Amino acid sequence: MSTTVVPTDQKWWSGGRSPFNVEYGKLMMWYFLMSDAFTFGAFLISYGTIRFASNGWPDPNEVFQSFPFLGSGLPLLFVSLMTFILIVSSVTMVLAVKAGHERKKELVVKYLIWTIIGGIAFLLCQAWEWNHLHHEGAWWGRNPFPNSDGSLSTTTNFSNFFFTITGFHGFHVLSGVVINIIMLIMTLKGTFEKKGHYLMIEKAGLYWHFVDLVWVFVFTCFYLV
Amino acid sequence: MEHTISHKDEQFEAKNEVKKVTIILSVLTLVELALGYLMFKMFPDDGFARNFIKGTIIILMLAKAYYIVAYFMHLGHEIKNLIMTIVVPLVLFVWFIIAFLYDGHSFNVNRNTYDRYKNERGQPNQMNPHAEPAREHNEVKSKTVE
Repeated sequence: MSTTVVPTDQKWWSGGRSPFNVEYGKLMMWYFLMSDAFTFGAFLISYGTIRFASNGWPDPNEVFQSFPFLGSGLPLLFVSLMTFILIVSSVTMVLAVKAGHERKKELVVKYLIWTIIGGIAFLLCQAWEWNHLHHEGAWWGRNPFPNSDGSLSTTTNFSNFFFTITGFHGFHVLSGVVINIIMLIMTLKGTFEKKGHYLMIEKAGLYWHFVDLVWVFVFTCFYLV
Repeated sequence: MEHTISHKDEQFEAKNEVKKVTIILSVLTLVELALGYLMFKMFPDDGFARNFIKGTIIILMLAKAYYIVAYFMHLGHEIKNLIMTIVVPLVLFVWFIIAFLYDGHSFNVNRNTYDRYKNERGQPNQMNPHAEPAREHNEVKSKTVE
């Protein structure tokens, strides 16, 4: 990155430098995330469309009301835990990126490890929840939950959308954890130290924050609204 | 990056910003959860209060999204060109959401009005209070047919 201070009369489009003032890889990560946002957006909007087109829909507070070892009747509790795990892991990722800017290898390693732990914890939570719902009889093509007015559900849309969208998000978390583990190995091997910069961590960080961002939407659309 | 010439002050400022945004995100989440719980306990039936709370939760969700993108993903500190190339295409979502949700709603109304043999019979329309008149219309119509 050749850019430090930006003069006010800078001509961005006259050639010779990136008009976006970032390196190529980071710009492409942004474009990838934008396309991924449209994929998730398509999923969530189709969920909303079907929900608007249905006469009945299960109440999320009745469906998601269990907590491991504490039993049921606790709406919102488990998903709040999952949300906070993801927010905290996002914060540790920001700190890892900042440590990378300052080129402090041990700090990068420390915060990356915390981020990976957060990601794995989130995945374990999701695995528990999926397992729990599966035991209650929910799966793709099977919906045991009555509508919020107590009538029997005539479609399996609720389960289908829930497992597809949280599954797709969980897959993103999984790939984020794998990417972060690769970043950790590269940091430990001193790859970035040799390169002279930690910009790779920044790109992995963008991806990780995006996973957190998507969860904000999934969490709201499925558990709250 | 601008931060390659980081001074102690800048580092301190950046740390403060992370702390601030973390607190904002946590508080917004807690408020969302409180609203969700309130909606579940106090307003079990559809109505203005429930829809109002849902709207508030969605606005809070967008605020959270803004803080994550602007500060954690650092987009707020990039130059305008980059911000625009990312944000402008996302404006398409405004049209997507309006068009598709309106379509879903209109499908519901049409089915309840015209296709009474295939709709989910025996269920009061809980999810969509706007479809209520269509259902009445449907009942009136079915009486005249029978």
